Amino acid sequence: MGRNGRGAAAADGSAREAAGRAERDGRGAPLNTIGRPMRKVDGLAKATGRARYTDDIRLPGMLHGKILRSPHPHARIVAVDTSRAEALEGVHAVVTGRDMPTAYGIIPWTPDEYPLCVDKVRYIGDGVAAVAAVDEDTAIAALDLIDVTYEELPAYLDPHEAIAAEAGPYIHEPRKPGWNGNVTKVVKLAFGDVDAGLEEADVVVESDYFFEGTTHTPIEPHCAIGLAEGNGKLTVWSATQVPHYLHRELARVLDVDPAKVRVIQPPVGGAFGGKSEPFDLEFCVAKLSMTTGRPVKILYTREEVFYAHRGRHPFHMKYRTGATREGMLTAVDAEIVLDGGAYASFGLVTTYYSGQLLTAPYRMPAYRFHSTRAYTNKPACGPKRGHGSVQPRFAIEVQLDRIAERLEIDPIELRRRNFIGAHTRTVNDLRVTSNGFLECLEEVERASGWKRKHRRLPYGRGVGVAGSTYITGTNYPIYPNEMPQSGVQLQVDRSGRVAVFSGASEIGQGVDSMVAYVVAEELGVPLEHIRVLAGDTDFTPVDLGAYSSRVTFMLGNACIEASRKLKAKVRKAVAEAWEAKPREVLLAGGLAVRAGDTGTSMPLREAFNLAEAKFGTLGATGSYNTPKDVHGSYRGATIGASPAYSFTAHVAEVEVDPETGFVTVEKIWIAHDCGRALNPVLVAGQMEGSAYMGFAEALMEEQIFKSADQGRAGLHNAPSLLDYRIPTSLDTPALESLIVESIDPEGPYGAKEAGEGPLHPSIPAIANAIYDAVGVRMDSLPFSPPRVWRALQAAAGGRWAPTSARAGRVAAVGVAK
Amino acid sequence: MLRLPAFRYHRPRTIDEAVSLLARFDDGDAMPVAGGTDLMPNMKHRLFTPGHVVSLNGIAAMRGIVAVNGTGPGSRNGGAHGGEGPRLRIGALQSLADVSGHPLVRRHCAGLAEAAGLVAGPQLRNMGTIGGNVCLDTRCTYYNQTEFWRDALGYCLKKDGTVCHVTRVGRKCVAAHSADTPPNLIALGATLTLAGPGGTREIPAADFFVTDGIRNTRRAKDEILTEIAVPVAEGRRSAYRKLRQRHSIDFPLLSVAVTGDFAEDGTVTGLTGVVSALGARPRVLAGWDAIAVGGRLGTDVIEALGERARAQCRPLENIIVDPEWRRAMVPVYVKRALRALA
Repeated sequence: MGRNGRGAAAADGSAREAAGRAERDGRGAPLNTIGRPMRKVDGLAKATGRARYTDDIRLPGMLHGKILRSPHPHARIVAVDTSRAEALEGVHAVVTGRDMPTAYGIIPWTPDEYPLCVDKVRYIGDGVAAVAAVDEDTAIAALDLIDVTYEELPAYLDPHEAIAAEAGPYIHEPRKPGWNGNVTKVVKLAFGDVDAGLEEADVVVESDYFFEGTTHTPIEPHCAIGLAEGNGKLTVWSATQVPHYLHRELARVLDVDPAKVRVIQPPVGGAFGGKSEPFDLEFCVAKLSMTTGRPVKILYTREEVFYAHRGRHPFHMKYRTGATREGMLTAVDAEIVLDGGAYASFGLVTTYYSGQLLTAPYRMPAYRFHSTRAYTNKPACGPKRGHGSVQPRFAIEVQLDRIAERLEIDPIELRRRNFIGAHTRTVNDLRVTSNGFLECLEEVERASGWKRKHRRLPYGRGVGVAGSTYITGTNYPIYPNEMPQSGVQLQVDRSGRVAVFSGASEIGQGVDSMVAYVVAEELGVPLEHIRVLAGDTDFTPVDLGAYSSRVTFMLGNACIEASRKLKAKVRKAVAEAWEAKPREVLLAGGLAVRAGDTGTSMPLREAFNLAEAKFGTLGATGSYNTPKDVHGSYRGATIGASPAYSFTAHVAEVEVDPETGFVTVEKIWIAHDCGRALNPVLVAGQMEGSAYMGFAEALMEEQIFKSADQGRAGLHNAPSLLDYRIPTSLDTPALESLIVESIDPEGPYGAKEAGEGPLHPSIPAIANAIYDAVGVRMDSLPFSPPRVWRALQAAAGGRWAPTSARAGRVAAVGVAK
Repeated sequence: MLRLPAFRYHRPRTIDEAVSLLARFDDGDAMPVAGGTDLMPNMKHRLFTPGHVVSLNGIAAMRGIVAVNGTGPGSRNGGAHGGEGPRLRIGALQSLADVSGHPLVRRHCAGLAEAAGLVAGPQLRNMGTIGGNVCLDTRCTYYNQTEFWRDALGYCLKKDGTVCHVTRVGRKCVAAHSADTPPNLIALGATLTLAGPGGTREIPAADFFVTDGIRNTRRAKDEILTEIAVPVAEGRRSAYRKLRQRHSIDFPLLSVAVTGDFAEDGTVTGLTGVVSALGARPRVLAGWDAIAVGGRLGTDVIEALGERARAQCRPLENIIVDPEWRRAMVPVYVKRALRALA
């Protein structure tokens, strides 16, 4: 089994163990910890129910809060009278929007929301007032006693209608005079001569696609506790994935000195992008605690999680794609309307991402996109795993399947021919370094038995392929600054224990474990002697948060830097004792060992003690910042720029019941270039989790809303886990992870991301497999049984029109399962 | 988390005690509970706010699955008298997991066992009871929602409102009967025993349901379903098919129960089909005997029965799922259930 991008390793690491080879880092040094299957450092506590999540925290004298939410999709707030609620026994405080009148937004250029609505409500579920009371039941009773007078306004549910209403009425006041207040952002970018590219193409495929919105459904609902102390200190515990941004916004919005604000992030029970900006409850618990002097907790109901949303935007997409007879792309032209919901959230970035992230792994000589994000009176959309690029990836990969069919080229071969290569630039001037996409294609082609299946399986059964790329972190922080994106601090105890102070957010993805593996690797300390202390802005250096698949790459590099600084001191001190050169001192397996003389060694604890005696208290910091020469100079060029890109290919095999429209995904083969698998078990877990989530969106998930005809415009169709269907483990197909390692030159030990990229191809691979199975194109999500059934009906029963390419296939409609 | 409204909890030991507790409180202020898998979420949604909840779980007389040798034939058409032939007596408190796994049920009433095993997921089948499943409240997209949601909607005919958002006209609630086991009990000719202040009475499962989505059973509020008797006979076969988008856990979008009696040579001597999850009352498909009795259950016959079923069923949008698709699935699922008999 080859390395360095020439092959794949089995996900469980057994193949590499069987090979009996030592792992080596980028400089050829052997690796002892990195690359081996290891437990998560927090796995036992979570698996045995001992992890303490935010809602498990109970502080003395703690009050419980509830938020009153708007029953209207769009209305002016005429008056709010809280006096009856305040008079209820057990109620300690009521706050409204007027108590926190500072606008905020995760993107500094689009601050358009308030902790509680001030003048207007913009969706059913928008927060209007908050209560703190002795218990939840009293708080709920108090909500009924708050009298809000609304003046209803017309609601926009359709983004096209919102955009068309250029003269208003607007959901938001325009940011500049003359702008359309129903539009968050318009991005028009063109690279190369698209019109000429389409002109000279031998085949042009043009199609419309619709991606229905979906939401994250973390199993832990959002929860926060505020504690304002008499000395002006404000502590907020929150199930967030961005403690640093929360820290900043709490200080700014509540007008508290940031030096007096502390954010603590307990273990988080799932986030997936849905906890990556401040939410109303965090401001409310803080404000209510400042008002009452007592700690205040708010836990969302599951329904409130659906209203908080920030999930995947619905995308209306039109693509024109040109190719030569040989299948080489000549131009891609895209027009996209994003349905943003009531607030901007990350929408400015989403609008750029909708186009910017599509320019690999295929070479595009010319590319143009025109994306418009509209406001609508629905919960705000934002970033969900694979932010901004899952939707266009669905479209382009189906486009490629159409082109391959038109040209009678195998779809894997078509992708291979268009491979952009490694160490290159994309058409929109993004720097690409390592690139294992060809290996990914090879792996799924081989493992799935593609060549004997594609266009060769009986009617009702089919395979589809798709590829993708994703960023390994955004090149720039959300607010402009020159400081590092990630920092870490090490401290060594005289017992030999190493404490790692990490500002990064463990949200189940394994960052605390990654930190421990890196430090163990560098210092030779056994894993059980490493204590990772994370998620508290009072004692950890800043890391910007768990978003955009940035943490392993950035914090991993920071950990290497800090560890090596520390290692240098230890080697120097030990070398002195041994009268050797520092480079002759090796730290591994809990020992300091003299190179070439393994009889000379001492326990690491003693080595650390020698270093402490020589240098004083032992500690080190490390940080990481991105290279700045990885993108072009046009407006928007920085968005989509990343220090490295991951690559993925999937093959999905499906069975379609043509009588009912049910699609059963039998298996997904997932090949992913993660640079290097620091722990192959965790990488495979991320690959499976991603493929699962894509599969779920492909077949089941729909964040949809009732129309006026369905009782109430803008009312969430079904804000519960019963009716918003996510597949259980029983519904999940077999998943096979095939890890490809291209060893990135800048990643820690060559690592890139693995948490989001492997989601992308699931959806188009399933769409293409459905086509292979029954000959209908599914261009709208989800591929639910009624939709597939209707598509089959529209295609006259879905029988294959026999062509030369499909000769020999037997159409047998109506076979019972 | 949604909070339960406050209530007083009672745990009687006998049926009489339970009935008198239910009768003691004003109409609707006391409700019986067994597994709680339907009532508790409904209470959290404020669909019911009883002041008193009477747990049936301490009543030993409502447990057990036993075969009773009767004096006559196990007729499915005998109505209340069907209980005189050989039958299975199933205590209403038996969990759905018990019913689905019980060897006697599996042997004599395969369709019922199948249906009980398809209710919700394993944890809920361990808690939920067959009696509770028979008495399950009707369901609708405009009804099974939180108080906040229903307030934003403006409520609906079934609870607190005046408008049906499904039909938008008329004064009739079209919430759907959504339980898996009753269509089978009807097809199998089962009899239900109800205990009330005036003593016990028996009612055929086929007569238990009415076409009113607001309250779709003939059980009075102070009555308890105590036992289910299912007639059994040699040569009887039954099957169940359930349409749902997520196979691991979902209410039915359409349910089909079929029971057939076959002579030794395979000739059909009786055939009943019941379709549900479309309206408030399970629908017994009409005209089947004329098509099927006296011949074999061959492909043509199955095709004809499927077409008859299609003509008799019109799904409404009480669930936000393409109604034309649901309708098209009627013959498909009827035929699949029938093929399982053949």
